Amino acid sequence: MKTKLTALVVTTALVAPAAMAQEMTIVSWGGAYSKSQLRAYHEPYTAKTGVSIINDDSSAEAVAKLRAMDEAGNVTWDVVDVVAADAIRLCDEGLAMEIDADTMLAAAPDGTPASEDFGDLLVSDCFIPQIVYSTAFGYRTDLVGDTAPTEICAVFDTDAYPGKRSLEKRPINNMEWALLCDGVAKSDVYDVLATPEGQDKALAKLDTIKDDVIWWSAGADTPQLLADGEVVMGSTYNGRLFSVIEEQKQPVAMLWDAQVFDLDGWIIPAGLSDERKAQALDYIMFATDTQRLADQAKYISYGPARKSSAPLVGKHADMGIEMAPHMPTDPENAKNTFLYNYEFWADYRDDIDAKFQAWLAK
Amino acid sequence: MSDATQPDTAKAGPVLAADGTPLKRSLARSLRVQKMRAMALIAPLLIFVLVSFIIPIGSMLFRSVENGMVEQTLPLTVVELQAWDASTGELPDEPLYAAFVADMVIAIDAKRHTRLGTRMNYEKTGMSSLFRKSGRQIKKLDPATDGPFKDQLIEIDKKWGEHETWSVIKTHSVAITNGYFLNAIDMQRTPDGAQAQPEDKRILITLFKRTLIMSMIITCSCIALAYPAAWLLANLPARSANMLMILVLLPFWTSLLVRTSAWKVMLQQQGVINDVLVWLGMVSDASRLVLINNQTGTIIAMTHILLPFMILPMYSVMRTIQPTYLRAAKSMGATNWTAFWRVYFPLSVPGIGAGSILVFILSIGYYITPEIVGGTKGVFISNRIAYHISSSLNWGLAAALGTILLAVVLILYWAYDKIVGIDNVKLG
Repeated sequence: MKTKLTALVVTTALVAPAAMAQEMTIVSWGGAYSKSQLRAYHEPYTAKTGVSIINDDSSAEAVAKLRAMDEAGNVTWDVVDVVAADAIRLCDEGLAMEIDADTMLAAAPDGTPASEDFGDLLVSDCFIPQIVYSTAFGYRTDLVGDTAPTEICAVFDTDAYPGKRSLEKRPINNMEWALLCDGVAKSDVYDVLATPEGQDKALAKLDTIKDDVIWWSAGADTPQLLADGEVVMGSTYNGRLFSVIEEQKQPVAMLWDAQVFDLDGWIIPAGLSDERKAQALDYIMFATDTQRLADQAKYISYGPARKSSAPLVGKHADMGIEMAPHMPTDPENAKNTFLYNYEFWADYRDDIDAKFQAWLAK
Repeated sequence: MSDATQPDTAKAGPVLAADGTPLKRSLARSLRVQKMRAMALIAPLLIFVLVSFIIPIGSMLFRSVENGMVEQTLPLTVVELQAWDASTGELPDEPLYAAFVADMVIAIDAKRHTRLGTRMNYEKTGMSSLFRKSGRQIKKLDPATDGPFKDQLIEIDKKWGEHETWSVIKTHSVAITNGYFLNAIDMQRTPDGAQAQPEDKRILITLFKRTLIMSMIITCSCIALAYPAAWLLANLPARSANMLMILVLLPFWTSLLVRTSAWKVMLQQQGVINDVLVWLGMVSDASRLVLINNQTGTIIAMTHILLPFMILPMYSVMRTIQPTYLRAAKSMGATNWTAFWRVYFPLSVPGIGAGSILVFILSIGYYITPEIVGGTKGVFISNRIAYHISSSLNWGLAAALGTILLAVVLILYWAYDKIVGIDNVKLG
């Protein structure tokens, strides 16, 4: 008995250091989104390589935390899931590693190199796109009367659709929608928004519904407000609305008009040891190939970022419904869309945010 | 025997200890050893507090004035900028452009130029993309052979030919700056000295005032609610007092987020309180009360959350007040009110003072509850600090706001000490 125990202790002691290296920390958003990644990426990767994956739901503060880790000289994360705007900032700050798409990412099954397969979605040198999501509106079908809203300006029309609306407590997206509904042509929106007069114009338009708005700061707010009937319509990420509509069967429908596309994907922190960097790149190579990206769409209604993944999108893994019509990129939904203007907001974010917050406080 | 020896030693000079050293020195040595031992005993705690609390806070506060980045990234340019007189309205000359290209080539190699772009973008919109985009072009230049650079740079981006670009860099190139503190009080650093921010960007002073006023309101409502509760607790028999005490402590032990979210369910327009009022017919269905996403929501939720911090010190002070004092007052003819106001209340003031300081200081720094239930009019300065730490990454401004908040708390504490006296505060 005693020898057995000693043997066990010795083996554990010998195995432990090796097992420690077979671990990586992946940072993401938590909730249904992390669950979709767990089932589409993490579980198959662990099954294939034996590497165990630790999840950290810190993506919302990823930029600040990575900066603090970098200053402390101890980066504990291996792969981080961030939105494209944050990836650009991390790249600017020198906190993320530059990625060469063609050598570090898998080619499409037909041999198309990754840089072509991702195409325009490679918005930063450090960013590996994963999904296309959109910020769109959902509305209560039982509170909008006989004519359901079909276009974005319904948000600003409190006569036709009385009741509260929920909007995100930041200028991005809201300013664009306001200008669009104030008669500015879609192609001119950012030119107008770059001028102080244009910013005032957008705020003046938002002013017309200010008393009817509940401002949200967490993605889960609008689904809750819609489910409780607190608001008649509200903006949030389309995957959140999908779960309100299809999983919780609430009387809510999508208003896809003028949805704003945005990207979410991976970055690898700069300054990892060679061993950890190789491990992270191996994971990225696996998790962003054509099949894996298509698999994620079985669990959540976000569009895969590779062109080659689109035809592979099938049915929801648990509910068995066809996922394509719920994708923001579906042609039926994407008749009128915006793409988040990263360059513009990187420049104007601080300035317009100060004005927006001052306007809110008034 | 002892009588005989005493005069002897007095004559022989200083008093000696058993081992022959003068008693004074021996005593000093043993006291020193004791002090050292005491220091050694508290050293782990002292070092822990120093390393994990004082140093991090100190370095965070130092960020509010620290601005070495410009000088470190563009050392040659900063020297040239000092020679340039911005007030003439003329563009800088070729040497500055050449120095700038030489600095940038090194900075691009180390990927520091975009960082500087982010820093300058806090001061002037557009700097972020100017540095990022120009970086891609400047990378291809060789500072030794490709000059002159002035026209080339203006060719790359016409903003390098704008006077304002250079004057902003010059204004913010000092290593120790007051710029963040000016920003924190709705002003800005300009070439012509400190100036007020444009009116449509002023928000921080408003938030400071709001934070202080609402914290006072929350403190007052906590006093009003806690006083009777604490009195009841102190005057009930021990058995029922303990039961009630658990009711006070139970929410105290519940997660902050759970309690705040519960208030959301209670207060929203389709929530419990409004539903009950409508059912009772006290308000009509069309005019449900707006109790959340405004100041009312913040005050209600925070009063509830901070109430135990007021009840507990009050209770421990009131428990020590002898009931005989009240009986004595009444036996001498005082009415119930006089006995309370002239005898009981003054004795309970230390509890109010302790509770008020606790509640006020806690609420001044509150962040998560205002964020969830405060809407737009019920958010505090701490929400803005959080925004600058985690979203805009303007840590210098966040540090300046934090420093001001810390100073305000210390000033109020000092004023409290002058007016009420800090000795007059008791936790039990």
